[in-house]
Amino acid sequence: MNVKRQTTERLAPWIAVVVLTLIWELTVRLFDVPSFIFPSAWETATALVTYAGPIGMHSWQTLWTTLVGFALGVAVGLGLGFIVGSSRFLYNACYPLLVGFNAIPKVAFVPILVVWFGIGSVPAILTAFLICFFPIVVNVATGLATLEPEMEDVLRVLGAKRMDVLLKIGLPRSLPYFFASLKVAITLAFVGTVVSETVASNQGIGYLMMSAGSQMRMGLVFAGLIVISAMAMVMYELFALLEKRMTAWAHRGQNR
Amino acid sequence: MSAFVAFDHVSLAYDDSGNAIEDIDLDIHEGEFVAFVGPSGCGKSTFMKLCTGLHAPTAGSIKVDGVAVTEPLKISGMAFQNANLLPWRTTLDNVLLPLEIVKPYRHQFRKRRKEFEGWARDLLKTVGLADYEDQYPWQLSGGMQQRASICRALIHQPRLLMLDEPFGALDAFTREELWCVLRDLWEAQRFTVVLVTHDLREAAFLADTVYVMSSRPGRVVERREIDLPRPRALDITYDKPFIDLVHELRAQIGEIRST
Ligand SMILES: Nc1ncnc2c1ncn2[C@@H]1O[C@H](COP(=O)(O)OP(=O)(O)OP(=O)(O)O)[C@@H](O)[C@H]1O
Ligand SMILES: [Mg+2]
Repeated sequence: MNVKRQTTERLAPWIAVVVLTLIWELTVRLFDVPSFIFPSAWETATALVTYAGPIGMHSWQTLWTTLVGFALGVAVGLGLGFIVGSSRFLYNACYPLLVGFNAIPKVAFVPILVVWFGIGSVPAILTAFLICFFPIVVNVATGLATLEPEMEDVLRVLGAKRMDVLLKIGLPRSLPYFFASLKVAITLAFVGTVVSETVASNQGIGYLMMSAGSQMRMGLVFAGLIVISAMAMVMYELFALLEKRMTAWAHRGQNR
Repeated sequence: MSAFVAFDHVSLAYDDSGNAIEDIDLDIHEGEFVAFVGPSGCGKSTFMKLCTGLHAPTAGSIKVDGVAVTEPLKISGMAFQNANLLPWRTTLDNVLLPLEIVKPYRHQFRKRRKEFEGWARDLLKTVGLADYEDQYPWQLSGGMQQRASICRALIHQPRLLMLDEPFGALDAFTREELWCVLRDLWEAQRFTVVLVTHDLREAAFLADTVYVMSSRPGRVVERREIDLPRPRALDITYDKPFIDLVHELRAQIGEIRST
Protein backbone atom coordinates (compact mmCIF):
# COMPACT_ATOMS: atom_id res chain seq x y z
CA MET A 1 0.00 0.00 0.00
CA ASN A 2 2.62 2.45 1.17
CA VAL A 3 5.15 1.34 -1.42
CA LYS A 4 2.50 1.65 -4.08
CA ARG A 5 1.68 5.19 -3.03
CA GLN A 6 5.35 6.08 -3.08
CA THR A 7 5.80 4.84 -6.64
CA THR A 8 2.71 6.72 -7.84
CA GLU A 9 4.05 9.82 -6.12
CA ARG A 10 7.36 9.41 -7.91
CA LEU A 11 5.67 8.78 -11.24
CA ALA A 12 3.24 11.68 -10.90
CA PRO A 13 5.41 14.37 -12.57
CA TRP A 14 6.15 12.04 -15.53
CA ILE A 15 2.50 11.24 -15.96
CA ALA A 16 1.77 14.97 -15.99
CA VAL A 17 4.38 15.49 -18.73
CA VAL A 18 2.94 12.72 -20.87
CA VAL A 19 -0.63 14.00 -20.47
CA LEU A 20 0.38 17.55 -21.29
CA THR A 21 2.25 16.41 -24.41
CA LEU A 22 -0.78 14.42 -25.56
CA ILE A 23 -3.10 17.39 -25.07
CA TRP A 24 -0.65 19.55 -27.00
CA GLU A 25 -0.40 17.12 -29.90
CA LEU A 26 -4.16 16.53 -30.06
CA THR A 27 -5.10 20.21 -29.87
CA VAL A 28 -2.75 21.15 -32.69
CA ARG A 29 -4.07 18.32 -34.90
CA LEU A 30 -7.71 18.87 -34.02
CA PHE A 31 -7.68 22.57 -34.87
CA ASP A 32 -5.21 22.10 -37.68
CA VAL A 33 -2.90 24.87 -36.44
CA PRO A 34 -0.25 25.72 -39.03
CA SER A 35 3.19 24.71 -37.83
CA PHE A 36 4.76 28.16 -38.39
CA ILE A 37 2.38 29.45 -35.69
CA PHE A 38 2.29 26.60 -33.18
CA PRO A 39 4.19 23.40 -34.01
CA SER A 40 2.89 20.10 -32.71
CA ALA A 41 4.69 18.07 -30.08
CA TRP A 42 5.79 15.66 -32.78
CA GLU A 43 7.32 18.41 -34.93
CA THR A 44 9.10 19.79 -31.89
CA ALA A 45 10.49 16.37 -31.10
CA THR A 46 11.62 15.95 -34.69
CA ALA A 47 13.37 19.29 -34.56
CA LEU A 48 15.06 18.24 -31.31
CA VAL A 49 16.48 15.15 -32.98
CA THR A 50 17.33 16.71 -36.36
CA TYR A 51 19.18 19.66 -34.85
CA ALA A 52 20.59 17.73 -31.89
CA GLY A 53 24.12 18.89 -32.77
CA PRO A 54 23.56 22.67 -32.81
CA ILE A 55 21.06 22.46 -29.94
CA GLY A 56 23.62 20.59 -27.85
CA MET A 57 26.31 23.16 -28.59
CA HIS A 58 24.06 26.13 -27.80
CA SER A 59 22.66 24.46 -24.65
CA TRP A 60 26.18 23.91 -23.41
CA GLN A 61 26.87 27.62 -23.93
CA THR A 62 23.72 28.56 -22.04
CA LEU A 63 24.44 26.06 -19.27
CA TRP A 64 27.97 27.17 -18.52
CA THR A 65 27.24 30.90 -18.69
CA THR A 66 24.28 30.35 -16.37
CA LEU A 67 26.39 28.35 -13.94
CA VAL A 68 29.17 30.94 -13.91
CA GLY A 69 26.64 33.73 -13.34
CA PHE A 70 24.98 31.66 -10.66
CA ALA A 71 28.29 30.94 -8.93
CA LEU A 72 29.02 34.66 -8.90
CA GLY A 73 25.54 35.27 -7.54
CA VAL A 74 26.06 32.74 -4.74
CA ALA A 75 29.42 34.21 -3.76
CA VAL A 76 28.25 37.81 -3.82
CA GLY A 77 24.84 36.95 -2.37
CA LEU A 78 26.34 35.05 0.54
CA GLY A 79 28.89 37.77 1.26
CA LEU A 80 26.46 40.65 0.93
CA GLY A 81 23.78 38.77 2.85
CA PHE A 82 26.22 38.11 5.67
CA ILE A 83 27.27 41.74 5.84
CA VAL A 84 23.75 43.14 5.60
CA GLY A 85 22.32 40.62 8.05
CA SER A 86 25.08 40.95 10.62
CA SER A 87 24.16 44.43 11.78
CA ARG A 88 20.80 46.02 12.35
CA PHE A 89 22.09 49.33 11.01
CA LEU A 90 23.24 47.89 7.70
CA TYR A 91 20.07 45.84 7.42
CA ASN A 92 17.93 48.95 7.73
CA ALA A 93 20.22 50.96 5.49
CA CYS A 94 20.60 48.48 2.62
CA TYR A 95 17.29 46.70 2.46
CA PRO A 96 15.32 49.45 0.65
CA LEU A 97 18.19 49.86 -1.81
CA LEU A 98 18.21 46.15 -2.57
CA VAL A 99 14.47 46.09 -3.09
CA GLY A 100 14.73 49.08 -5.42
CA PHE A 101 17.49 47.42 -7.38
CA ASN A 102 15.52 44.22 -7.65
CA ALA A 103 12.55 46.08 -9.10
CA ILE A 104 14.54 47.14 -12.18
CA PRO A 105 13.89 44.72 -15.05
CA LYS A 106 17.25 43.09 -15.64
CA VAL A 107 16.80 43.15 -19.40
CA ALA A 108 17.30 46.91 -19.13
CA PHE A 109 20.89 46.23 -18.10
CA VAL A 110 21.73 44.21 -21.18
CA PRO A 111 22.34 47.19 -23.55
CA ILE A 112 24.59 48.77 -20.92
CA LEU A 113 26.51 45.53 -20.51
CA VAL A 114 26.89 45.25 -24.27
CA VAL A 115 28.40 48.74 -24.39
CA TRP A 116 30.84 47.80 -21.66
CA PHE A 117 31.74 44.26 -22.60
CA GLY A 118 30.58 43.77 -26.20
CA ILE A 119 28.39 40.97 -27.55
CA GLY A 120 28.97 37.45 -26.19
CA SER A 121 29.18 35.43 -23.03
CA VAL A 122 30.05 38.23 -20.60
CA PRO A 123 26.70 40.07 -20.75
CA ALA A 124 24.89 36.74 -20.38
CA ILE A 125 26.92 35.79 -17.31
CA LEU A 126 26.41 39.20 -15.74
CA THR A 127 22.67 39.27 -16.43
CA ALA A 128 22.32 35.83 -14.86
CA PHE A 129 24.32 37.09 -11.89
CA LEU A 130 22.31 40.30 -11.51
CA ILE A 131 19.00 38.52 -11.56
CA CYS A 132 19.89 35.65 -9.23
CA PHE A 133 21.84 37.20 -6.37
CA PHE A 134 18.90 39.08 -4.86
CA PRO A 135 16.95 36.14 -3.40
CA ILE A 136 20.18 34.82 -1.93
CA VAL A 137 21.04 38.12 -0.24
CA VAL A 138 17.54 38.51 1.14
CA ASN A 139 17.36 34.99 2.49
CA VAL A 140 20.78 34.98 4.11
CA ALA A 141 20.29 38.46 5.57
CA THR A 142 16.84 37.61 6.91
CA GLY A 143 18.11 34.36 8.38
CA LEU A 144 20.82 36.23 10.24
CA ALA A 145 18.72 39.21 11.25
CA THR A 146 15.91 37.13 12.75
CA LEU A 147 18.18 35.27 15.15
CA GLU A 148 16.35 34.48 18.39
CA PRO A 149 17.76 36.52 21.29
CA GLU A 150 17.57 33.46 23.52
CA MET A 151 19.93 31.57 21.24
CA GLU A 152 22.24 34.52 21.21
CA ASP A 153 22.21 34.72 25.01
CA VAL A 154 23.42 31.13 25.20
CA LEU A 155 26.68 32.25 23.62
CA ARG A 156 26.83 35.71 25.12
CA VAL A 157 26.96 34.40 28.68
CA LEU A 158 30.10 32.58 27.64
CA GLY A 159 31.71 35.84 26.64
CA ALA A 160 31.27 35.26 22.91
CA LYS A 161 32.10 38.03 20.47
CA ARG A 162 29.60 39.17 17.86
CA MET A 163 31.57 37.20 15.26
CA ASP A 164 31.32 34.00 17.33
CA VAL A 165 27.56 34.42 17.53
CA LEU A 166 27.31 34.94 13.77
CA LEU A 167 29.49 31.99 12.89
CA LYS A 168 28.26 29.49 15.47
CA ILE A 169 24.56 30.32 15.42
CA GLY A 170 23.66 32.88 12.78
CA LEU A 171 25.21 31.13 9.80
CA PRO A 172 24.09 27.56 10.51
CA ARG A 173 20.64 28.87 11.34
CA SER A 174 20.35 30.71 8.04
CA LEU A 175 21.57 27.74 5.96
CA PRO A 176 18.04 26.41 5.34
CA TYR A 177 17.08 29.85 4.07
CA PHE A 178 20.21 29.92 1.93
CA PHE A 179 19.62 26.54 0.33
CA ALA A 180 15.97 27.35 -0.27
CA SER A 181 17.05 30.50 -2.08
CA LEU A 182 19.48 28.55 -4.28
CA LYS A 183 16.57 26.71 -5.88
CA VAL A 184 14.91 29.98 -6.78
CA ALA A 185 18.17 31.58 -7.84
CA ILE A 186 19.21 28.86 -10.29
CA THR A 187 15.96 29.11 -12.24
CA LEU A 188 16.22 32.90 -12.27
CA ALA A 189 19.79 32.60 -13.54
CA PHE A 190 18.52 30.71 -16.60
CA VAL A 191 16.03 33.49 -17.23
CA GLY A 192 18.85 36.05 -17.10
CA THR A 193 21.11 34.17 -19.48
CA VAL A 194 18.44 33.46 -22.07
CA VAL A 195 17.10 37.02 -22.00
CA SER A 196 20.60 38.35 -22.58
CA GLU A 197 21.30 35.83 -25.35
CA THR A 198 18.21 36.77 -27.28
CA VAL A 199 19.38 40.38 -27.53
CA ALA A 200 23.12 40.33 -27.28
CA SER A 201 24.79 37.15 -28.35
CA ASN A 202 25.49 34.89 -31.27
CA GLN A 203 25.56 31.77 -29.17
CA GLY A 204 23.30 30.06 -26.68
CA ILE A 205 19.74 28.77 -26.67
CA GLY A 206 18.36 32.32 -26.51
CA TYR A 207 20.20 33.21 -29.72
CA LEU A 208 19.18 29.93 -31.36
CA MET A 209 15.51 30.59 -30.65
CA MET A 210 15.78 34.15 -31.86
CA SER A 211 17.34 33.25 -35.18
CA ALA A 212 15.10 30.21 -35.72
CA GLY A 213 12.10 32.41 -35.00
CA SER A 214 13.14 34.95 -37.60
CA GLN A 215 13.23 32.10 -40.17
CA MET A 216 9.80 30.87 -39.06
CA ARG A 217 11.26 27.52 -37.97
CA MET A 218 8.93 27.26 -35.00
CA GLY A 219 9.70 23.61 -34.33
CA LEU A 220 13.25 24.57 -33.49
CA VAL A 221 12.09 27.51 -31.33
CA PHE A 222 9.93 25.21 -29.27
CA ALA A 223 12.72 22.68 -29.04
CA GLY A 224 14.80 25.47 -27.50
CA LEU A 225 12.08 26.19 -24.96
CA ILE A 226 11.92 22.54 -23.98
CA VAL A 227 15.68 22.32 -23.56
CA ILE A 228 15.79 25.40 -21.32
CA SER A 229 13.06 24.20 -19.03
CA ALA A 230 14.60 20.74 -18.88
CA MET A 231 17.96 22.20 -17.84
CA ALA A 232 16.30 24.44 -15.23
CA MET A 233 14.31 21.54 -13.83
CA VAL A 234 17.35 19.32 -13.50
CA MET A 235 19.32 22.05 -11.74
CA TYR A 236 16.37 22.78 -9.46
CA GLU A 237 16.09 19.15 -8.45
CA LEU A 238 19.83 19.04 -7.87
CA PHE A 239 19.66 21.94 -5.45
CA ALA A 240 16.53 20.60 -3.80
CA LEU A 241 18.47 17.42 -3.15
CA LEU A 242 21.42 19.38 -1.82
CA GLU A 243 19.09 21.33 0.44
CA LYS A 244 17.66 18.17 1.93
CA ARG A 245 21.12 16.76 2.49
CA MET A 246 22.59 19.84 4.14
CA THR A 247 19.71 20.92 6.33
CA ALA A 248 18.00 17.73 7.41
CA TRP A 249 17.58 19.21 10.88
CA ALA A 250 15.30 21.93 9.54
CA HIS A 251 12.95 19.36 7.97
CA ARG A 252 12.80 17.27 11.12
CA GLY A 253 9.84 15.03 11.62
CA GLN A 254 8.83 15.15 7.97
CA ASN A 255 10.46 11.81 7.25
CA ARG A 256 11.90 12.95 3.93
CA MET B 1 35.25 36.52 53.40
CA SER B 2 34.33 39.10 50.78
CA ALA B 3 31.39 38.65 48.48
CA PHE B 4 31.76 36.85 45.16
CA VAL B 5 28.61 38.37 43.72
CA ALA B 6 27.62 41.75 45.16
CA PHE B 7 24.40 43.57 44.26
CA ASP B 8 24.41 47.17 45.47
CA HIS B 9 20.89 48.64 45.43
CA VAL B 10 20.18 47.43 41.90
CA SER B 11 17.04 48.31 39.94
CA LEU B 12 16.11 47.63 36.37
CA ALA B 13 13.31 48.99 34.21
CA TYR B 14 12.95 47.40 30.77
CA ASP B 15 10.71 50.21 29.53
CA ASP B 16 8.43 52.96 30.84
CA SER B 17 6.17 50.47 32.58
CA GLY B 18 8.22 50.78 35.78
CA ASN B 19 10.85 48.69 37.51
CA ALA B 20 10.94 44.97 36.85
CA ILE B 21 13.38 44.59 39.72
CA GLU B 22 13.84 47.09 42.50
CA ASP B 23 16.50 47.85 45.05
CA ILE B 24 18.15 44.44 45.21
CA ASP B 25 20.94 44.49 47.74
CA LEU B 26 22.66 41.23 48.51
CA ASP B 27 25.94 39.34 48.69
CA ILE B 28 26.65 35.82 47.52
CA HIS B 29 29.83 34.10 48.69
CA GLU B 30 32.07 31.96 46.58
CA GLY B 31 30.90 28.36 46.71
CA GLU B 32 27.50 29.29 48.09
CA PHE B 33 24.33 27.71 46.73
CA VAL B 34 21.54 30.26 46.66
CA ALA B 35 17.99 29.85 45.45
CA PHE B 36 15.48 32.49 44.41
CA VAL B 37 11.80 31.84 44.76
CA GLY B 38 8.90 34.13 44.03
CA PRO B 39 5.70 34.44 42.04
CA SER B 40 5.76 34.32 38.25
CA GLY B 41 6.77 37.57 36.60
CA CYS B 42 8.49 38.91 39.70
CA GLY B 43 11.83 39.36 37.99
CA LYS B 44 13.76 36.18 38.69
CA SER B 45 14.92 35.74 35.12
CA THR B 46 15.70 39.42 35.07
CA PHE B 47 17.91 38.95 38.11
CA MET B 48 19.83 36.26 36.23
CA LYS B 49 20.34 38.50 33.24
CA LEU B 50 21.67 41.26 35.45
CA CYS B 51 23.96 38.91 37.28
CA THR B 52 25.54 37.53 34.11
CA GLY B 53 25.78 40.96 32.53
CA LEU B 54 23.32 40.24 29.71
CA HIS B 55 21.47 43.37 30.84
CA ALA B 56 22.79 46.48 32.50
CA PRO B 57 20.98 47.82 35.58
CA THR B 58 19.25 51.19 35.39
CA ALA B 59 20.31 51.98 38.96
CA GLY B 60 22.88 50.60 41.37
CA SER B 61 25.88 48.45 40.56
CA ILE B 62 26.82 44.80 40.38
CA LYS B 63 30.21 43.30 41.11
CA VAL B 64 31.28 39.77 40.42
CA ASP B 65 34.59 38.55 41.78
CA GLY B 66 35.43 42.14 42.74
CA VAL B 67 34.98 43.50 39.22
CA ALA B 68 32.06 45.68 38.12
CA VAL B 69 29.85 43.89 35.60
CA THR B 70 29.67 45.92 32.41
CA GLU B 71 29.55 43.20 29.77
CA PRO B 72 28.57 39.52 29.77
CA LEU B 73 30.66 37.52 32.23
CA LYS B 74 33.15 35.02 30.99
CA ILE B 75 33.22 32.80 34.06
CA SER B 76 29.60 31.78 34.16
CA GLY B 77 27.63 28.87 32.85
CA MET B 78 23.92 29.30 32.37
CA ALA B 79 20.96 27.02 31.80
CA PHE B 80 17.85 28.84 30.72
CA GLN B 81 14.18 28.28 31.31
CA ASN B 82 14.07 26.79 27.79
CA ALA B 83 16.80 24.35 26.86
CA ASN B 84 17.81 26.42 23.81
CA LEU B 85 19.85 23.64 22.23
CA LEU B 86 21.02 24.19 18.68
CA PRO B 87 18.97 21.88 16.42
CA TRP B 88 21.76 21.35 13.89
CA ARG B 89 24.16 19.97 16.48
CA THR B 90 24.04 16.56 18.12
CA THR B 91 23.65 16.43 21.87
CA LEU B 92 27.37 15.88 22.26
CA ASP B 93 28.25 18.84 20.03
CA ASN B 94 25.76 21.01 21.88
CA VAL B 95 27.44 20.20 25.17
CA LEU B 96 30.85 20.94 23.62
CA LEU B 97 29.76 24.37 22.43
CA PRO B 98 31.09 26.39 25.41
CA LEU B 99 34.54 24.89 24.90
CA GLU B 100 34.57 26.38 21.40
CA ILE B 101 33.93 29.82 22.86
CA VAL B 102 35.46 30.13 26.30
CA LYS B 103 39.11 30.92 26.77
CA PRO B 104 41.48 29.14 27.13
CA TYR B 105 39.69 26.12 25.69
CA ARG B 106 38.74 27.71 22.38
CA HIS B 107 42.33 27.83 21.21
CA GLN B 108 42.95 24.23 22.23
CA PHE B 109 39.70 22.90 20.87
CA ARG B 110 41.06 21.21 17.77
CA LYS B 111 44.07 19.70 19.46
CA ARG B 112 42.26 18.43 22.54
CA ARG B 113 38.94 17.57 20.95
CA LYS B 114 39.12 13.89 21.94
CA GLU B 115 39.79 14.82 25.55
CA PHE B 116 36.97 17.36 25.60
CA GLU B 117 34.59 14.82 24.13
CA GLY B 118 35.52 12.58 27.01
CA TRP B 119 34.49 15.28 29.49
CA ALA B 120 31.20 15.77 27.69
CA ARG B 121 30.51 12.03 27.63
CA ASP B 122 31.21 11.73 31.36
CA LEU B 123 28.90 14.62 32.10
CA LEU B 124 26.13 13.25 29.89
CA LYS B 125 26.51 9.93 31.63
CA THR B 126 25.96 11.46 35.06
CA VAL B 127 22.64 12.93 33.92
CA GLY B 128 21.59 9.68 32.26
CA LEU B 129 22.03 10.66 28.63
CA ALA B 130 24.86 8.28 27.77
CA ASP B 131 22.94 6.68 24.91
CA TYR B 132 21.76 9.92 23.38
CA GLU B 133 25.06 11.63 22.58
CA ASP B 134 24.63 11.36 18.83
CA GLN B 135 20.94 12.19 18.72
CA TYR B 136 19.75 15.61 17.72
CA PRO B 137 17.96 17.75 20.32
CA TRP B 138 14.62 17.41 18.56
CA GLN B 139 14.88 13.66 18.98
CA LEU B 140 15.03 14.08 22.77
CA SER B 141 12.19 14.61 25.20
CA GLY B 142 11.82 17.99 26.90
CA GLY B 143 13.35 16.68 30.11
CA MET B 144 16.30 15.16 28.26
CA GLN B 145 16.90 18.44 26.46
CA GLN B 146 16.93 20.24 29.78
CA ARG B 147 19.50 17.79 31.13
CA ALA B 148 21.70 18.31 28.11
CA SER B 149 21.38 22.03 28.63
CA ILE B 150 22.61 21.63 32.22
CA CYS B 151 25.60 19.69 30.94
CA ARG B 152 26.32 22.50 28.52
CA ALA B 153 26.25 24.96 31.42
CA LEU B 154 28.78 22.86 33.34
CA ILE B 155 31.22 21.59 30.72
CA HIS B 156 33.69 24.45 31.00
CA GLN B 157 33.71 24.21 34.80
CA PRO B 158 32.36 27.70 35.42
CA ARG B 159 32.93 29.34 38.78
CA LEU B 160 29.41 30.70 38.67
CA LEU B 161 26.51 28.51 37.62
CA MET B 162 23.20 30.19 36.84
CA LEU B 163 20.15 27.95 36.61
CA ASP B 164 16.82 29.45 35.60
CA GLU B 165 14.10 26.97 36.49
CA PRO B 166 16.06 24.16 34.92
CA PHE B 167 13.76 21.45 36.25
CA GLY B 168 10.48 23.28 35.73
CA ALA B 169 9.35 21.18 32.78
CA LEU B 170 10.19 17.81 34.30
CA ASP B 171 8.10 15.19 36.03
CA ALA B 172 8.50 14.83 39.78
CA PHE B 173 10.67 11.72 39.65
CA THR B 174 13.12 13.02 37.10
CA ARG B 175 13.24 16.28 38.96
CA GLU B 176 14.26 14.65 42.24
CA GLU B 177 16.78 12.54 40.40
CA LEU B 178 18.35 15.63 38.91
CA TRP B 179 18.38 17.40 42.26
CA CYS B 180 20.68 14.66 43.44
CA VAL B 181 22.80 14.94 40.30
CA LEU B 182 23.19 18.66 40.87
CA ARG B 183 23.87 18.15 44.57
CA ASP B 184 26.63 15.67 43.82
CA LEU B 185 28.22 17.85 41.18
CA TRP B 186 28.14 20.78 43.56
CA GLU B 187 29.53 18.79 46.50
CA ALA B 188 32.39 17.69 44.29
CA GLN B 189 33.30 21.00 42.68
CA ARG B 190 31.81 23.66 44.98
CA PHE B 191 31.14 26.26 42.32
CA THR B 192 28.78 29.08 43.18
CA VAL B 193 25.20 28.38 42.16
CA VAL B 194 22.28 30.74 41.67
CA LEU B 195 19.13 28.71 41.17
CA VAL B 196 15.76 30.18 40.25
CA THR B 197 12.79 27.99 40.98
CA HIS B 198 9.08 27.83 41.63
CA ASP B 199 9.50 24.77 43.74
CA LEU B 200 10.02 25.46 47.44
CA ARG B 201 11.09 21.89 48.19
CA GLU B 202 13.72 22.17 45.51
CA ALA B 203 15.01 25.43 46.95
CA ALA B 204 15.07 24.11 50.51
CA PHE B 205 16.70 20.83 49.56
CA LEU B 206 19.52 22.23 47.48
CA ALA B 207 20.34 25.71 48.71
CA ASP B 208 22.36 27.22 51.53
CA THR B 209 20.35 30.42 51.31
CA VAL B 210 16.87 31.02 49.92
CA TYR B 211 15.78 34.48 48.82
CA VAL B 212 12.09 35.17 48.54
CA MET B 213 11.05 37.84 46.08
CA SER B 214 7.92 39.93 46.01
CA SER B 215 5.69 40.26 42.97
CA ARG B 216 6.47 43.02 40.49
CA PRO B 217 8.41 45.19 41.09
CA GLY B 218 10.63 42.39 42.37
CA ARG B 219 12.25 43.02 45.74
CA VAL B 220 13.92 40.64 48.11
CA VAL B 221 11.50 40.34 51.00
CA GLU B 222 13.14 37.49 52.89
CA ARG B 223 16.55 35.89 53.20
CA ARG B 224 16.48 32.48 54.75
CA GLU B 225 19.50 30.35 55.62
CA ILE B 226 18.89 26.64 55.37
CA ASP B 227 21.01 24.98 58.03
CA LEU B 228 20.14 21.39 57.27
CA PRO B 229 23.30 19.30 57.52
CA ARG B 230 25.15 18.35 54.36
CA PRO B 231 25.44 16.17 52.44
CA ARG B 232 21.67 15.97 52.27
CA ALA B 233 19.92 12.78 51.31
CA LEU B 234 16.66 12.90 49.42
CA ASP B 235 14.97 11.25 52.42
CA ILE B 236 15.25 14.39 54.51
CA THR B 237 12.61 16.00 52.32
CA TYR B 238 10.10 13.72 54.05
CA ASP B 239 11.28 14.57 57.61
CA LYS B 240 9.58 17.01 59.89
CA PRO B 241 12.18 19.82 60.07
CA PHE B 242 12.27 19.99 56.29
CA ILE B 243 8.50 19.96 55.93
CA ASP B 244 8.13 22.69 58.55
CA LEU B 245 10.66 24.81 56.71
CA VAL B 246 8.83 24.45 53.42
CA HIS B 247 5.57 25.30 55.15
CA GLU B 248 7.02 28.51 56.52
CA LEU B 249 8.32 29.54 53.12
CA ARG B 250 4.98 28.66 51.62
CA ALA B 251 3.21 30.89 54.12
CA GLN B 252 5.50 33.77 53.24
CA ILE B 253 4.81 33.47 49.54
CA GLY B 254 1.11 33.33 50.33
CA GLU B 255 1.38 36.62 52.18
CA ILE B 256 3.15 38.25 49.25
CA ARG B 257 0.52 37.12 46.80
CA SER B 258 -2.34 38.37 48.91
CA THR B 259 -0.92 41.89 49.24
N1 LIG C 1 12.74 41.89 27.41
C1 LIG C 1 11.77 42.45 28.18
N2 LIG C 1 11.21 43.63 27.83
C2 LIG C 1 10.24 44.20 28.60
N3 LIG C 1 9.77 43.68 29.73
C3 LIG C 1 10.28 42.52 30.16
C4 LIG C 1 11.31 41.83 29.39
N4 LIG C 1 11.63 40.69 30.04
C5 LIG C 1 10.85 40.66 31.14
N5 LIG C 1 10.04 41.74 31.22
C6 LIG C 1 9.10 42.04 32.30
O1 LIG C 1 9.80 42.04 33.52
C7 LIG C 1 9.06 41.35 34.53
C8 LIG C 1 9.91 40.26 35.14
O2 LIG C 1 10.12 39.27 34.16
P1 LIG C 1 10.99 37.96 34.44
O3 LIG C 1 11.11 37.22 33.17
O4 LIG C 1 12.25 38.36 35.11
O5 LIG C 1 10.04 37.18 35.46
P2 LIG C 1 10.30 35.78 36.17
O6 LIG C 1 10.33 36.02 37.63
O7 LIG C 1 11.46 35.09 35.59
O8 LIG C 1 8.95 35.01 35.82
P3 LIG C 1 8.76 33.43 35.58
O9 LIG C 1 8.83 32.79 36.93
O10 LIG C 1 7.39 33.33 35.00
O11 LIG C 1 9.82 32.98 34.65
C9 LIG C 1 7.79 40.86 33.88
O12 LIG C 1 6.74 41.70 34.29
C10 LIG C 1 8.01 40.99 32.41
O13 LIG C 1 6.84 41.40 31.77
MG1 LIG D 1 11.73 33.44 34.33
